Amino acid sequence: MGGHCDMNRVKGSMSRAHPLWLAYIVHRISGIILALFLPLHFWVLAMALTDPTRLDGFLHLTEHSLVKLAEFGLVVLLAIHMFGGLRLMALEWLPWASWQKTLAAAATALAFLTATLFLLNAYGG
Amino acid sequence: MPMTTDQIKVSIQRGEDRTDVFDVPAYENQTVLDVVSWIQQYADPTLSYRFACRVGMCGSCAMMVNGVPRWTCRTHMSKVCDGDTVTIGPLRNLPVIKDLAVDMDPFFDKWTAAEGVHHPSASRDDPIASIDPETPQRVTANAGIECINCAVCYAACDTVATQPDYLGPAALQRAWTLLNDSKDSARTDIIDAISGNDGCHNCHSMGSCTVYCPNELDPMSAIAGLKRETATAFFKRRGNA
Repeated sequence: MGGHCDMNRVKGSMSRAHPLWLAYIVHRISGIILALFLPLHFWVLAMALTDPTRLDGFLHLTEHSLVKLAEFGLVVLLAIHMFGGLRLMALEWLPWASWQKTLAAAATALAFLTATLFLLNAYGG
Repeated sequence: MPMTTDQIKVSIQRGEDRTDVFDVPAYENQTVLDVVSWIQQYADPTLSYRFACRVGMCGSCAMMVNGVPRWTCRTHMSKVCDGDTVTIGPLRNLPVIKDLAVDMDPFFDKWTAAEGVHHPSASRDDPIASIDPETPQRVTANAGIECINCAVCYAACDTVATQPDYLGPAALQRAWTLLNDSKDSARTDIIDAISGNDGCHNCHSMGSCTVYCPNELDPMSAIAGLKRETATAFFKRRGNA
């Protein structure tokens, strides 16, 4: 079957501008970037055992605003990847009807709204 | 959006490096298939394409229209025209026979490879089985049975594009409907057929099949059902061993 299928198949471009595909690619890319970050993360953590003074020097870097921005990016990536994974597991493992999916999405959005309001209140007040 | 021009510039992809451009008169009510037929009848009689019913039942006229796989007989030009231009090509992921006609054999071969055939559980001598349309299992099966084999989902699937032997959304959805059909007797055969290297676990849930299905079916969720079913069957078999 394989050879037959390969015979001058049309490669062609295809429009992927829809939320399901975007959710897929965002999940993938955030995963790849996090995987690239992990070795660096472990290397720095290992300094606690091998070279504590060097680790302290390294940790001073975190006061730099650029590093703070990078940390923010990292948290964003982690959040995106985690919720992407939860979405995928819910999508594939729970046989939901579409109205149930809408309810679940609405509940999640509401929970986030509440949590954000609480956060704003805690810091703003 | 109503058409604002008298002429449409239609680019037809005819093979790897050949694109022909035709000026086609625009009408208020006009499908993509109408445009292709106009070109074949009035501009270039050598243009090859395929259609039969013209009413969205036979599944033979699917093509790529501006990079989206569509049933051309029920797609209006006003929906797809980009200004006054449109690009039409053969269905993606299938071998081209000529111009806009693709070889559907790999698509149908996979349909049978996924055990998408009827496995009778009774003979003609048995009384006709009564089927309750309200049971959850039957409702699940019904959700996927209106497939017209147009291969739009197959053309939309990026996993098929990168892995030519992957069974694809249509064949797997068929397997899912049979798995939920109380008249089908080959549960184990179906599960074996769709859980192999080319089976349902290749799906990355990118969702293009579900988004582009012209009959608004949901192959992605059907494949998710197969993933659950194969996982359950796997643990059951281990438990019995």
